[in-house]
Amino acid sequence: MDVKSLTIDAARTAVQERKTTALALTEAHYAQIQKEDGQIGAFLTLSKERALEQADRIDRMAAEGKTLPPLGGVPVGIKDVMSTRGLRTTAGSKILENYIPPYDCTAVARMEAAGAVVLGKTNCDEFAMGSSNENSAYHPVRNPRDLNRVPGGSSGGSAAAVAADMAVVALGSDTGGSIRQPASFCGVVGLMPTYGRVSRYGLIAFASSLDHIGPLAKTVKDAAIVLRAIAGRDPMDATSAEVPVLDYVAELDKPVRGMKIGVAKEYFGEGLDDEVRQAVQMAIDKLKGLGCEIVPVSLPHSPYAVPTYYLIATAEASANLARFDGVRYGHRARGVKTLQEMYRRSRDEGFGAEVKRRIMLGTYALSAGYYDAYYLKAQKVRTLLTRDFDEAFRKVDAIVTPTSPTPAFRLGEKSNDPLAMYLADIYTVTADLAGIPGISVPCGETLEKLPIGLQILGKHFDEATILRVAHAYEQAA
Amino acid sequence: MKVTEKDVAYVAELAHLELSEEERAGMLRDLNSILEYVDRLGELDTSNVPAMAQVSDRYGVDEAKQGSERFAYASREDILEGLRKSLPHSEALENAPDADEEFFRVPKVIER
Repeated sequence: MDVKSLTIDAARTAVQERKTTALALTEAHYAQIQKEDGQIGAFLTLSKERALEQADRIDRMAAEGKTLPPLGGVPVGIKDVMSTRGLRTTAGSKILENYIPPYDCTAVARMEAAGAVVLGKTNCDEFAMGSSNENSAYHPVRNPRDLNRVPGGSSGGSAAAVAADMAVVALGSDTGGSIRQPASFCGVVGLMPTYGRVSRYGLIAFASSLDHIGPLAKTVKDAAIVLRAIAGRDPMDATSAEVPVLDYVAELDKPVRGMKIGVAKEYFGEGLDDEVRQAVQMAIDKLKGLGCEIVPVSLPHSPYAVPTYYLIATAEASANLARFDGVRYGHRARGVKTLQEMYRRSRDEGFGAEVKRRIMLGTYALSAGYYDAYYLKAQKVRTLLTRDFDEAFRKVDAIVTPTSPTPAFRLGEKSNDPLAMYLADIYTVTADLAGIPGISVPCGETLEKLPIGLQILGKHFDEATILRVAHAYEQAA
Repeated sequence: MKVTEKDVAYVAELAHLELSEEERAGMLRDLNSILEYVDRLGELDTSNVPAMAQVSDRYGVDEAKQGSERFAYASREDILEGLRKSLPHSEALENAPDADEEFFRVPKVIER
């Protein structure tokens, strides 16, 4: 079976109807990885044994005539920040180079319970800190559409794996844009659910109040199928919400005619690439053509989102990453004499430059004398940014923006300027801060054939609406 | 320059990082450039704005309740049976860089 553009339903139906086997599908994807991944670098670890065992289980179900679960036999990639029992999980960091988790991340367990075949763990920026995947301690990922360009980050491996048909779908994580921005750069769909919609249990923590797990997929429908499989309350994550999970696929075909779509001028200002602006404007016109009403809205505090984000995210990261001390797991420096020396040298040797930079910034923002000026201030502005959305969503059902101000940039282009890299997240961080869901869907390409992404933001727990708008746009485009 | 070399040394100590001379110089430059950028938050008057520590207090909670009571939905009765079991000792120690059968082993903490 051809892996090219293969979707969840096509794969599952073929296995169900015995036109192929889960085993053959899995092998076909490993063959594709063998062929493509040498130059792309999307995977860090392959889990062939685990995959073949699951494929065999699914094939036996199909042979017995049982109805396969929603992801039955579907080969998937998992970002390497999600713990997998018995399968190396590095978070893209040298400090966890040999770490074998003793338990599974809830989202991964739910994917497998829904029949997914885990092919392996995908590359990412170290501890999900980055916007280009160049911060991986192992190797960068290259954009399948142009190997001289970055795939975006931090879920660059997941986005590239899906874009290059090395996995049907993949899980990623989004703290400041890390699902949507790489989806945009690689020309795939990326969905960040509402905060609390998907359990974070087993996700290696970056910034706990901002971390989200979600799918990268070839179609909006595939993203909807995965969301349904992984969403819902989990007793292992106290922040996972007790909110009913819908049949998102059934919601897709409801009409969009008459829906109110907000457009915020703050997302079309300085720094926005002209080709991206044009493509997004054309997408807005297309939505209008589908019967949506386009309504101007204002999100006045948007210019403050990136500084707010980089204070809160780094503060939380500095606390979360304190656990890496060389005692219970992870790298320990050799030849140390004292406990303090062991902590410092283990962390010095184990963490990369960007991770150290963020730990330092976060520690500074939380330190005595600066807490009020930086961390507390940022938390207050977070309230203002959230109120902006509350206000806008009184008038509209969804808001559309560009996902990223530019298409994929070149490797090395921003790697020496942390601030320029942070600004790549300018249109995505606000949704993380407010906890609202967002999706990036391909909306054309530049003259150089680089993909452009349209971002659709929705109300808390209203993934159904943004999926529906994204699906309607995707079908019409 | 907001951050000095002394600040970098102090924060590195708090963060349990050593940092090479070269790294400290880079950190001084980067932290100052980032902090200069985040200073724009000072333009906003937030004197009457409550701080937002997390999103979760905005949903699934009884608005009338205060503090941790708001998260009652996430709590349960204290029970002895039916909980997920803790990791067995051997599994918990499996990733340890240094351990005996029972404990993580670290350099001596107390001199005597």
